[in-house]
Amino acid sequence: MNLRGRRKMVNRIALGLSLVAMSFGLFWLCWILYTVFHLGLGGLSLDLFTKMTPPPGSPGGLMNAIVGSLVMVGLATLIGTPIGVMAGVYLSEYGQRTALGFSTRFINDILLSAPSIVIGLFIYAVYVAQVGKFSAMAGVLALALIVIPVVVRTTENMLLLIPNSLREAAFALGAPKWIVISRVTVRSAKAGIVTGVLLAVARISGETAPLLFTALSNQFWSLNLNEPMANLPVTIFKFAMSPFTDWQQLAWAGVFLITMGVLALNVAARAFFSEQTKS
Amino acid sequence: MHLPRKRKSSAFGDVLFFNVSRAFAALVLVTLAGIIVSLCYGAWPSIERFGPAFLIGSDWNPPAERFGALIPMYGTLITSIIALLIAVPVSFGIGLFLTELSPVWLRRPLGIAIELLAGIPSIVYGMWGLLVFAPIVSEYLQPFLTGTLGTIPGIGALFRGPPLGIGLLTAGIILAIMIIPFIASVMRDVFEVTPRMLKESAFGLGATTWEVVWCIVLPYTKVGVIGGIILGLGRALGETMAVTFVIGNNNVLDTISLYAPGNSITSALANEFAEAGEGMYSAALVELGLILFLITFVVLSLSKILLLRLAGHEGAQT
Repeated sequence: MNLRGRRKMVNRIALGLSLVAMSFGLFWLCWILYTVFHLGLGGLSLDLFTKMTPPPGSPGGLMNAIVGSLVMVGLATLIGTPIGVMAGVYLSEYGQRTALGFSTRFINDILLSAPSIVIGLFIYAVYVAQVGKFSAMAGVLALALIVIPVVVRTTENMLLLIPNSLREAAFALGAPKWIVISRVTVRSAKAGIVTGVLLAVARISGETAPLLFTALSNQFWSLNLNEPMANLPVTIFKFAMSPFTDWQQLAWAGVFLITMGVLALNVAARAFFSEQTKS
Repeated sequence: MHLPRKRKSSAFGDVLFFNVSRAFAALVLVTLAGIIVSLCYGAWPSIERFGPAFLIGSDWNPPAERFGALIPMYGTLITSIIALLIAVPVSFGIGLFLTELSPVWLRRPLGIAIELLAGIPSIVYGMWGLLVFAPIVSEYLQPFLTGTLGTIPGIGALFRGPPLGIGLLTAGIILAIMIIPFIASVMRDVFEVTPRMLKESAFGLGATTWEVVWCIVLPYTKVGVIGGIILGLGRALGETMAVTFVIGNNNVLDTISLYAPGNSITSALANEFAEAGEGMYSAALVELGLILFLITFVVLSLSKILLLRLAGHEGAQT
């Protein structure tokens, strides 16, 4: 075969392989989603939302785990968001070129990918070991620590997109810097910041590792932040590893709820962002 | 817009706002320092007692209080290597497909689909891996690999052994699926920064798409591609739940077979820490956590530095 023919063939093989790689990636997504639907839908019933987690062998639901997860994710977002937004504001509006700005940006990106189980160890050491017991509050703190880097990153990126002329116009009207930031800059970047928060919520909704030795889990109904609280991820972990089929069925239903919730949040965040930035 | 009337109060607002935002930015740094200090403090009894021998000891015996990190470290390393071996070529293919081959209208939906793979919580991967994927591995994949790769002298030993389904190989494959989206999206993003002019010049000289990617795009974005791969490695090293489900949680290392159940740093922590209580057992586990954190810290810093270098390079070009 001549050189031209060989080059064309190499090209065709390489591009063919890239198509294979793309399909390989989509294949796993489809397989996992199919499994989650197939096995999870079967466990969906009203009982899932109205009954407590049962002992093996008796019917029950996941009500305490669902409510516990909502409470912990909600509180963690409430704690993490303001901290993350303010730190992001500092990075973009004040500390663009300061040493604190550079190091915070660098460390934040590392915390973004740091193993979440280490965050659990940290909260165990500084909170659980000091208070002397596992508690929902410890879980909330661990999750909040995971929210912060996500929100910092998106807030900074979004604020950097705001044109300087907007800030200058506000300054020209005589507004002090903090008014410019809070009423003009942050407000214009609102859509992006909300997207970041939604992605952070999606990220912590499925986090299991940092809860294992902070919030632990609870077989019973409890809304006391100073006691271990039931939550979906740890309950799924326990039930999925168990040999009991009815527990595994409940775990699949829980996996279905979490996956749908997380994917819906991901899609909603993107849709919201493109909707807001289009207009 | 409604503005505060007195100048004094606005100056006060400015100072307050600046300091609060600076304090929260500093909090990020304090968190990192806090993590390192608290892990060192928690691990101290174990560091003091075992010293550097902790890193090479293969004993993990809680009742006798003899601990060594070799087996969990081996598991973490081997599963991450398997994951990279699979994920890097696949991610490269996906990046190539999304930047060069895919029709423009398909790029966004396909990109989002790959990113959704990263959005699926790791516990879902774990449960799917244990109850759906592992049985298939033991029934089809492992016998197939034993029959093909297993007959090669030397590396064949890696692919021989009882096909249990759960073990290092399965954990590595699942980790690969989990890190593909991270590496692929970095590759796509860096491929897109290649100046159009460079690519079009090569096309103009008659180069094929593959030659443009291999000889122009890849050398130009080399640093970023490596940064993306290392980011994937950092993710793989620290992944917990998916690995805990399928690695088998076995603290014995008596074969080099990849089919053997093993343990990783993260799965040892996930399974044992809550029950370890106080004392040497928990200190040894915290030391494992410290080792993991230090390794991922170095790996992620390296990745960040490489990606920043590509960004700086790009700035210099334009």
